[in-house]
Amino acid sequence: MALCLKTSRISIHCLKSKMGLLSMIKQDSCLSSLTHPQKPPFPTRNAQNFRDPDANFRMSATLFSARRLKSVKAEKQFCSLDNVDHNQVLDLPGGKVVLTPEMRFISESPEERAQCYRVLDNDGQLIMCSNFKKVGEEIAVKMYTDMVTLQTMDAVFYEAQRQGRISFYATTIGEEAINIASAAALTTDDLVFPQYREPGVLLWRGFTLQEFANQCFGNKADYGKGRQMPIHYGSNKLNYFTVSATIATQLPHAVGAAYSLKMDRRNACVITYFGDGGSSEGDFHAALNFAAVMEVPAIFFCRNNGWAISTPTSDQFRSDGVVVRGRGYGVRSIRVDGNDALAIYSAVHAAREMAISEHRPILIEAITYRVGHHSTSDDSTKYRPVDEIEWWRSARDPVARFRKWIESNGWWCSEAESELRNNVREQLLHAIQVAEKIEKPPLAELFMDVYDVPPSNLCEQEKLLGETVRRNPQYYPPDVSL
Amino acid sequence: MATTSLRTIGRSVCRVSRRGFSTSCDDKLVQPSSKSTNLYSAINQALHIALETDPRAYVFGEDVGFGGVFRCTTGLADRFGKSRVFNTPLCEQGIIGFGIGLAAMGNRAVAEIQFADYIYPAFDQIVNEAAKFRYRSGNQFNCGGLTIRAPYGAVGHGGHYHSQSPEAFFCHVPGIKVVIPRSPQQAKGLLLSCIRDPNPVVFFEPKWLYRLAVEEVPEYDYMLPLSEAEVIREGSDITLVGWGAQLSVMEQACLDAEKEGISCELIDLKTLIPWDKETIESSVRKTGRLLISHEAPVTGGFGAEISASIVERCFLRLEAPVARVCGLDTPFPLVFEPFYMPTKNKILDAIKSTINY
Repeated sequence: MALCLKTSRISIHCLKSKMGLLSMIKQDSCLSSLTHPQKPPFPTRNAQNFRDPDANFRMSATLFSARRLKSVKAEKQFCSLDNVDHNQVLDLPGGKVVLTPEMRFISESPEERAQCYRVLDNDGQLIMCSNFKKVGEEIAVKMYTDMVTLQTMDAVFYEAQRQGRISFYATTIGEEAINIASAAALTTDDLVFPQYREPGVLLWRGFTLQEFANQCFGNKADYGKGRQMPIHYGSNKLNYFTVSATIATQLPHAVGAAYSLKMDRRNACVITYFGDGGSSEGDFHAALNFAAVMEVPAIFFCRNNGWAISTPTSDQFRSDGVVVRGRGYGVRSIRVDGNDALAIYSAVHAAREMAISEHRPILIEAITYRVGHHSTSDDSTKYRPVDEIEWWRSARDPVARFRKWIESNGWWCSEAESELRNNVREQLLHAIQVAEKIEKPPLAELFMDVYDVPPSNLCEQEKLLGETVRRNPQYYPPDVSL
Repeated sequence: MATTSLRTIGRSVCRVSRRGFSTSCDDKLVQPSSKSTNLYSAINQALHIALETDPRAYVFGEDVGFGGVFRCTTGLADRFGKSRVFNTPLCEQGIIGFGIGLAAMGNRAVAEIQFADYIYPAFDQIVNEAAKFRYRSGNQFNCGGLTIRAPYGAVGHGGHYHSQSPEAFFCHVPGIKVVIPRSPQQAKGLLLSCIRDPNPVVFFEPKWLYRLAVEEVPEYDYMLPLSEAEVIREGSDITLVGWGAQLSVMEQACLDAEKEGISCELIDLKTLIPWDKETIESSVRKTGRLLISHEAPVTGGFGAEISASIVERCFLRLEAPVARVCGLDTPFPLVFEPFYMPTKNKILDAIKSTINY
């Protein structure tokens, strides 16, 4: 366990050295990779925001972050003010604040953007002296296998949608490491409140390809009873709350659920996922603020993939991404390279430890890129250059990077690779064929689960609809039984 | 002038609730352990019982910790601790979203929205999340333990943002229940039913009656059934349907109509969705006439739904068009409140013109 965060003191040490390390390897950091000479994906857009930073701000920011890392409570930060002359402090319900005759505005942005934690370089090699949570062969191979499975599932289901066999699909391409590595760092007791681009978490927990296919086909075996569009998975058994298409609404739910875990003294936390676009929603603010105030074991995992459908992050916010918002709410936060499975695994593992043992929320911002279209209803080449997409697909593929690492450990080879890909593809084609043949849920399911028991108005409507369908069967899908 | 007339209504509310309402419902509830109680204290009793009888029950919202701006949560934090009864940040969507997550873990989450006028930031959480939580998961998950309490309606001086009756918005949402009590005894029994109901419920409390309505309320734990309307005054010439604070105004109109020889049947709907059509239908089949009254604006109000449903079911039995005496289609006004309100005289006029149609 290279990055052991058992005690906060060690964590400060590790994180401090990590920060130093990151500045050393800056040329290789994922942020500097954004300014790739040929294809700069979202390069100078944000740069202007960080031009004229306040020197004082930089210093105080550093001090403040050090304080936060020491897990000192806000009130205690002002302990040292006890001896200060009363005329020089304001004593407020939230703590003491030092008075100053100097009119000094806090800068809108720090001098440097928040750094991005990374363990594997672009070639899948461990960055020297990286601090990370060790991953053994078994876990590493399962992580890789699941990433490939996810990739393959995306390819096959996307194709199925294009053939008109399912109505909709959204891929996770480019975000396989985020999906699988974050899931791998948690236990199945931890609750997941997903957005919709995290099917890999479910995959990691054991949702079968057949179960995925059943949902996408909305057949009788779909746990959601065919009521939602494809990719709206959910599993009570695997503690994965059902996906809804609404953005960021799951974040406050995560706080409520985490509060329940805390009250029950469970050794578990909640993780909730959202995108850069979701961070603009009111529910994001509500959830972060509630989580901080309620001191709940919740991990807020932001997949900052640069695009909210067609809206680039430069049209989304003026802050340095999402990670910096944490401090505004009193929430500890970290930025990680979203295409580095080991960095994500380590960060989530550490976040989980802190969340549970210290009853605190943690914000993780994973920097990545949405390589696929937003969904099958979207053509992203209309609003972003094809070569930008291609560059991320080829030069920054998180799956390929992780493969290089497990290969360098001697845990993987090309024979295993082709066998895996063929196997998964075959399983998926089979799953699709099976799912397609399973009948749709019966019409009665239309009226169930609105309430625990259908009230009289629904019983009446069910009866009337049944009569209508029997009278005019030609107007209704034949695969839904009465 | 405005104040004077409203005070009169206030007094009548008080009087009516002391006499009429407690005697009209189950007499068996009024037992030796009953005590003269106002509406906010009845709510407070229900919350005490809810927290005491279920260790997984929580009460939270803005200013709830010290007892709430209407005193409904008085003493709860002291008795049950700050981890079960607590303040939240001032953020309605956060309160309801948090409540959904808490309820989804098998808890009874009783969330307070300080005024119904401020419930709209939580509209998405209620409509898209709470209401669909069970359905969209195929019953794998539910947030049925969620109850949202919010004071609603006119109070004599509340203006735009302390007077609204937003119930109709929520009556358009399959998956939630909407309940409004008319009196202290009803409030306690219905609130306990809502808290223990396995579906998310929006419970609007008539804030005008918090202190004004006083009646005998049993001190023990009791529940009143949801989705069951109650005939609180029997009559033969016309059926009047309402809910919440409006019932006391309607009761006054019934008394005045009686003096003119008109026999009114008064029904408290109590649960707006899913609502008890049958009770209204059988009453209208008897009387042949229907009047609905609510404080919310008439257009798109829940009265429209009741009217349409009853016309569908009782068309040939109706002797006159269904009358609606409701709030005007304006924002809730301050000095014009006595003009805006569906007052006794407006109801009486409508009763007469329906009878004489």
